[in-house]
Amino acid sequence: MSCSRRDFIKNTFKTTLASTLPLSAFKMLSPAEVKAYTGDSSIRWVFLVDTQKCVGCGLCVKACKKENEIPYDPPITRTWVERYVLMKNGQAHIESPYGGRDGYTETKIRENEIPPEQIAKGFFVPKLCNQCKKPACVQVCPVGATYQTQDGVVLVDRKWCIGCGYCIMACPYGMRFFHPIHKVAEKCTFCYHRIKNGMKTACVQNCPFGARRIGNLKDPNDPVTKVIMTERVSVLKDEYGTKPQVYYIGLDTNVR
Amino acid sequence: MSVENIVGQGGEHLVVHGLEWTAKELFTYPNEFIYWSIQIVMYPYMTGLVAGAFVLSSLYHVFGQQDLKTIARFSLVFSLALLPVAMMPLQFHLQQPFRGMNVMFTPHFTSAIAAFGIVFSTYAVIVLSEIWFVYRKFFVDQIEILKGKEGAVDRFKYYLYLLLSLGAFDTSDAAVAKDKKAVKILAGIGIPVACFLHGYAGFIFGSVKANALWMSPLMPVIFIMSAVVSGIALCMLTYIIIMEFKKWSAIIAKGKGDESVQVIAGAELDVITKTSRYLLGFLIAAITLELLDLIFRGYTAMKSWDILRSVMYGKDFIHIFVMQYGIGNLLPFIMLLVPGLSIRRVFFALIFVLFGVFMMRWNVVIGGQAFSLSFAGYMHYHMPIIPHNMETYKEGLFGALTVFATPFALFWVINKVTPSLEYK
Repeated sequence: MSCSRRDFIKNTFKTTLASTLPLSAFKMLSPAEVKAYTGDSSIRWVFLVDTQKCVGCGLCVKACKKENEIPYDPPITRTWVERYVLMKNGQAHIESPYGGRDGYTETKIRENEIPPEQIAKGFFVPKLCNQCKKPACVQVCPVGATYQTQDGVVLVDRKWCIGCGYCIMACPYGMRFFHPIHKVAEKCTFCYHRIKNGMKTACVQNCPFGARRIGNLKDPNDPVTKVIMTERVSVLKDEYGTKPQVYYIGLDTNVR
Repeated sequence: MSVENIVGQGGEHLVVHGLEWTAKELFTYPNEFIYWSIQIVMYPYMTGLVAGAFVLSSLYHVFGQQDLKTIARFSLVFSLALLPVAMMPLQFHLQQPFRGMNVMFTPHFTSAIAAFGIVFSTYAVIVLSEIWFVYRKFFVDQIEILKGKEGAVDRFKYYLYLLLSLGAFDTSDAAVAKDKKAVKILAGIGIPVACFLHGYAGFIFGSVKANALWMSPLMPVIFIMSAVVSGIALCMLTYIIIMEFKKWSAIIAKGKGDESVQVIAGAELDVITKTSRYLLGFLIAAITLELLDLIFRGYTAMKSWDILRSVMYGKDFIHIFVMQYGIGNLLPFIMLLVPGLSIRRVFFALIFVLFGVFMMRWNVVIGGQAFSLSFAGYMHYHMPIIPHNMETYKEGLFGALTVFATPFALFWVINKVTPSLEYK
């Protein structure tokens, strides 16, 4: 059989063309697109944190670690509570040792005794993933392993994440970390496995003071939605344009 | 097995990525660590060397800079040796290295990293085909020489060159002229692609809006300029080392007064003097842009400036102003400008230039993580020196050295097939 170079190239071209046309009938879906079809589009999960009610007991952090199988002793955590102590001279002491897991019972901050008479104000701020409307972490994932469900929660596909850490770098809130066992990006999911089955998140359920609440922004009768709609609430770091969906009552200008 | 069981059995062996080499100061968020460490410093550094080496060779092929003729061939082959190494640090850095290919399977194009595979492969194809066109005549000549020779090595070489020639044996003047034209076109396409490959490495950092130090539209341009600087410097340095080696072997073989020794030494200084002018040009561009970025940040003094200033002028002062700008930029700049250039002076200047570009990468990658996202605390990176597990090897000194040594080993192999160092 003889085949000149010209014929060879010709035939290659024909074969490519003939196989491309039928193949183009199939649509390539990224894993993120496929996974994003989970969830209920009539729901938009939002969170409401009332910092006035938080006492810094750390039960939410403990509950979260247990519920979501985050190793207990390493300092990484899906949610945490920060303590702010602002002095009369304008100095700010901020801390969150082990994410505030063990509760704030010490009067010392980083080994320094804080004289009570010089304190101007002090408060606690619980933090968790903001499940942003425009999540920077989803934008930067090179393989589409992290995605936003239709009800607004950002999740990570542990079987597809390559562990590059770009999402960790992209999150302005420092929410993400590498899971020490699964070796992939890890984050707060609003306890997605619980809320989609009608339960509250572990942190909400374990907060004795009602400082943490979860709700559906698309339901006007939801008590959380009512607060967000009718009261003065704020969000963290809105300057990054990610449109965070964890709303706060009683934030201070010193909150980072 | 549930996580609790695993933790219970071997809690002390749990490796929290970043915990080992990060020291925290004041208030940082609990999950903040130096996640991107030495390998991510190596990544833009090695990519930069690839791009720079290619641009240097293209200056001859496209713009006909005759003074670069000798080094052009060498830098082209060297950029091929550097090519696989641009991938290596990323592979070392991934927590799931076996899933690295997922980037090619399901690229998520809103991510700056996703297109890396495509840009990188395009670039690889260009470099490979350019080398093929440059060496095609050489391959055919080798086939002619080796035809009919006995001996296993010669037979192997014969078949290797036969394979590499891809069946194109025509060495008529018309065919060779076509080769030259193809090289010119490929080199022409290659320059923007090489710049894109690297500018895009800059974009990976420049587009992270969460990071106050990285986020700057100047980042890609700064990266390209310093990439070209480092690429030219490494090519010159390697060239000097190889030519010195040749000179010494000529001296040993034929004695110091031999004519061939003078020829080598003369050609070497000539090439190096001419190439160093291009190096200076790109060095000026790189420094100008970096200073513009710094001045702009200070002048606009956004929210992040307080912490940035304390890092730049305080904690990282030595790294930035002494090691990067002083030793890495100013010193070699003066050394190369002072008249009466000697090989020895250029040699040390080049080492300082390479060091300076490395420090620039370091100050961007590590410096960008030296402060907390809360702007209320700091993180310090302690690079693991002696590895005691896979992670501290991969993300420590020895991992970086492995990456750095690989292109030289590869070049040694590739240069056996496509010799690039004739000094005629």
